[in-house]
Amino acid sequence: MTEANVGRDVILEIPARADYLELVRAVVAAAAYVDPDFGDDRIEDLRLAVSEATTNAIRAHASLGSDNRIRVRCNVDDDRIEVEVHDRGPGFDAHGIPDLPDVDDPARLLWESGLGLPLMKELTDESEWASDDAGTVVRLVVYTRSFLRD
Amino acid sequence: MAGVNLGIDVHRRGDWIVIAPIGDLDMGSAPRLRQEVVTAVAAGDTHLVVDLGSVDFIDSVGLGVIVGARRRARSNGGEVMLAGLSEQARALFELVDLDRVFAVDLDLDAATAGPT
Repeated sequence: MTEANVGRDVILEIPARADYLELVRAVVAAAAYVDPDFGDDRIEDLRLAVSEATTNAIRAHASLGSDNRIRVRCNVDDDRIEVEVHDRGPGFDAHGIPDLPDVDDPARLLWESGLGLPLMKELTDESEWASDDAGTVVRLVVYTRSFLRD
Repeated sequence: MAGVNLGIDVHRRGDWIVIAPIGDLDMGSAPRLRQEVVTAVAAGDTHLVVDLGSVDFIDSVGLGVIVGARRRARSNGGEVMLAGLSEQARALFELVDLDRVFAVDLDLDAATAGPT
């Protein structure tokens, strides 16, 4: 694993293993805590969203060798924190993922997965995916409280 | 590194089996919770309380295992109750509307009293 500061970037390259999830969550939260204007609740939202993105990345690497790392880049500026999670998996079609049934629909309670993307959208101010057969980049952004107020 | 080696305590409390994970409930650790649920239901213990009082963080994978536990228990005539949710866990259940399926504000005493 390497960790480097490039400008205000924090970059992690991790093996595609679930036991690195906690480290990713901790580093992203620590980077966000540098600016107290994010607020604990928004940092908690970002921590969960990044955990979901990294979980998907680890799954995407299931068919790859352990030499292929997942790259997490975290950039904090005056107004926002941006996190990119980059995997080298086979890619996916975000538009091909069916919507979750309503919670009142009994079929919903057969769904034990598939909440990752909806959560990332809900928990962040911006979220986007770029995916092809060389991998997927998920970009998540949370703005500071004062930026959202202005 | 924490996460994969989830601590978990399982004990009986009245008619209920209390399964209490300790630590973060994510992709690395949630399978251990699923395993305990499967073991309990296979042994005929279908009334389960998942005590989240010592869980620091839960994500959608952990949520999925709890949804699966409820389905498994109910299909065998049982029930799953939750206890001791943190603010983070409660917010997550509310965000995905699962607070309409599970009571999310119970302590262990209330959860082992069963559904109201």
